[in-house]
Amino acid sequence: MKWVLVLLLWALPAFAVQPDEVLDDPALEARAREISAGLRCPVCRNESIDESNAGVSRDLRLMVRERLVAGDSDAEVVDAVVARYGEYVLLSPNAQGANLLLWAAPALLALAGLGIGALAVRRRAAAPEPGLTEEEQARLDAILRAGRDEA
Amino acid sequence: MIVELGQFCLILAFALAILQTLVPLVGAGRGWRGWMAFAEPAALAQFLLLGVSFVALVRAFVVSDFSVRIVVENSHSLKPMLYKVTGTWGNHEGSMLLWVLILALFGAAAAWFGGNLPATLRARVLAVQGSIGAAFLGFVIFTSNPFDRVAFPPLDGRDLNPLLQDPGLAFHPPFLYLGYVGLSMAFSFAIAALIEGRVDAAWGRWVRPWTLAAWVNLTIGIALGSWWAYYELGWGGFWFWDPVENASFMPWLIAAALLHSAIVVEKREALKSWTILLAILAFGFSLLGTFIVRSGVLTSVHAFASDPTRGVFILALFAIFVGGGLTLYAWRASAMEAKGVFGLVSRETGLVLNNVLLAVAALVVFVGTLWPLVAEMAFGRVLSVGPPFFDAAFTPFMVALALALPVGAMLAWKRGDLGRSARALWPAAALAVAVGALAFAVQTGRSALAPVGFALGVWVVAGAAVDLWARTGRAGGRLGRLARLPRGDWGRAVAHAGLGVTFIGVAAMTAWSVEDIRVAQVGESWEVAGYDVTLAEVTEGRGPNYLTTMARIEMGRGGATATLFPEKRTYPVAAMPTTEAAISGGIWRDLYVVIGDPQAAGGWAVRTYVKPFANWIWGGSILMALGGALSLTDRRLRFAAPARRAARPVPAE
Repeated sequence: MKWVLVLLLWALPAFAVQPDEVLDDPALEARAREISAGLRCPVCRNESIDESNAGVSRDLRLMVRERLVAGDSDAEVVDAVVARYGEYVLLSPNAQGANLLLWAAPALLALAGLGIGALAVRRRAAAPEPGLTEEEQARLDAILRAGRDEA
Repeated sequence: MIVELGQFCLILAFALAILQTLVPLVGAGRGWRGWMAFAEPAALAQFLLLGVSFVALVRAFVVSDFSVRIVVENSHSLKPMLYKVTGTWGNHEGSMLLWVLILALFGAAAAWFGGNLPATLRARVLAVQGSIGAAFLGFVIFTSNPFDRVAFPPLDGRDLNPLLQDPGLAFHPPFLYLGYVGLSMAFSFAIAALIEGRVDAAWGRWVRPWTLAAWVNLTIGIALGSWWAYYELGWGGFWFWDPVENASFMPWLIAAALLHSAIVVEKREALKSWTILLAILAFGFSLLGTFIVRSGVLTSVHAFASDPTRGVFILALFAIFVGGGLTLYAWRASAMEAKGVFGLVSRETGLVLNNVLLAVAALVVFVGTLWPLVAEMAFGRVLSVGPPFFDAAFTPFMVALALALPVGAMLAWKRGDLGRSARALWPAAALAVAVGALAFAVQTGRSALAPVGFALGVWVVAGAAVDLWARTGRAGGRLGRLARLPRGDWGRAVAHAGLGVTFIGVAAMTAWSVEDIRVAQVGESWEVAGYDVTLAEVTEGRGPNYLTTMARIEMGRGGATATLFPEKRTYPVAAMPTTEAAISGGIWRDLYVVIGDPQAAGGWAVRTYVKPFANWIWGGSILMALGGALSLTDRRLRFAAPARRAARPVPAE
């Protein structure tokens, strides 16, 4: 089961946010946690900097908190991190350019699925009732009888 | 010597699988009975050969035969016996051998229980199953041979990743594979039916138990993995939308859809071609998952490019089986004319909605999982798609599913009465709203997540209860009749209720978890969410193959106190630390503590969590699996039953 293994090599037992990082202001700390949960650790397999144990994640967590203390808005903090590490760190991909397709996909797929489903149901509702062929009916009866006997 | 025996059996099984593909297929095409009959002994023999091969590999791990490469790389003489055995599949080569062994197990089971199938269908099903076996045995033998020797055996091995030395994860892969690979049966039945050019109610009845069995195992496997992540990774998360998790979740969703559409084929002879398509897709997603996981393509495109042999091999298999299956489908699906007619308001329509929601949800997960790859190759953008996207994109489908489920399940076949079902469900709806309001009242924040999650969960659970009760008829003696309802009805209600229970657990845990991070001196006390927590003691110790730092933490409220022993372990051979969280589980909440590093200024980093309703997530999964298992034991569905019946004449009614 190497895949789990590969995952785990990176998902080292994380102690994530260290006590000395926590800000005194609970409102600011809550914002920092929320921002951190949306930023991907640049060297890990699939972890946010909030969960990650890596050194770079700690640096990023501290950077996020420094900027919050300095008075930046949430968006400004995220932009600053993206400016340094690229959009790779955004766990929630931005809705720009080709990504619009990604964000529209659920709605488009749902519409397509519901449309196909509705067509199928309407066709069935309108179809005339055919019977089984004799041979099929006989076989089905035999099977159903076998099942019922047992019961 | 025994290792070579295992290798030999593996190669023999490969040769036999090729014959099992060709001979029955030709026999079925030409109507030669003898050639068709070859399939059964071949399938049984293949299972025996792979069984011997697998036992030979397990033995190499048990006796620590360090002349075998994967034993050196994944074992150690000091490792506890349980993990020596489970280490057999804790690596790529061994896990692929387990994969083909389970594939052969399903083939053998189909040969064993398939006595009531028409001879040509049985021959074709086993031939398709044989072809999958041949393809993956080729993969094992040519790219991932588990029996490779090393020229100079070392004195000891390099040990298994310590995170895998855990009971939860030891049994996660076998269940997952029973599910993944079990879907190959649905695929084989679908391809055989396409070759035959006919799908009828009997086909639906044959294919359903196999899919159900696969789905039950997949449910258990995914739940085990999620539970393991919860207690082992040390921050109490239970689902991360990681590509490897999605790889198992997509087949689960499609298999759930397939289960329901096969019912329509069986009862009403409608949705035939759609069911065939789902069967192909379900196994297709299993293969895709195998590819994602084995090739490492989603970890890093570069990791894939540096050693593409295995990835390219599986991609080719994926293209052959799914591409071939879909081509055959496009060519022959028009032969599957539907018979059953149903009205706009009917259980059939409800099941169509179920299928649309589950299939689209699976596709959304698929798009999100593969998007980083597409974006990098097509647009040159290196980006991530993480939990925020999946939470936002996936949740609406589950909400819609939960809303529609109780109503759909109560509708009659063919022509339902929406008003009547709605009236019957009135108490369930009232209870759901009341519980939702209660959840809103007790919580401190203003999040809608928990109230909505609770209301939906209660709606589904109570809806399942109403459904079951409605089945007992109108007159007296309903309780007695409740006990005598077919197991299929009970299975359905239990599985649906399980889904509701899981919803409640997920909503509560996501919305109401409380976390506390601090430096604590030994003897210090503090308070988390109304619980008094005391770090009583920190001691050093040693286990069979690790060193440990263990804390004793008292945690209580009122008179009751739980004593928890979180650990930090270091495995010297693998040079890896692990955290072992200590959890005091309960129906209403889990208390979860983790001990961290000693601090320079004295004291220890300690994390404390209170996680409400955590066990409901896995409790609900267990209920879902239990419901599936109950249905499987229903006499009407049991796959062996008709075979035994057929032996003696059936009395007329």
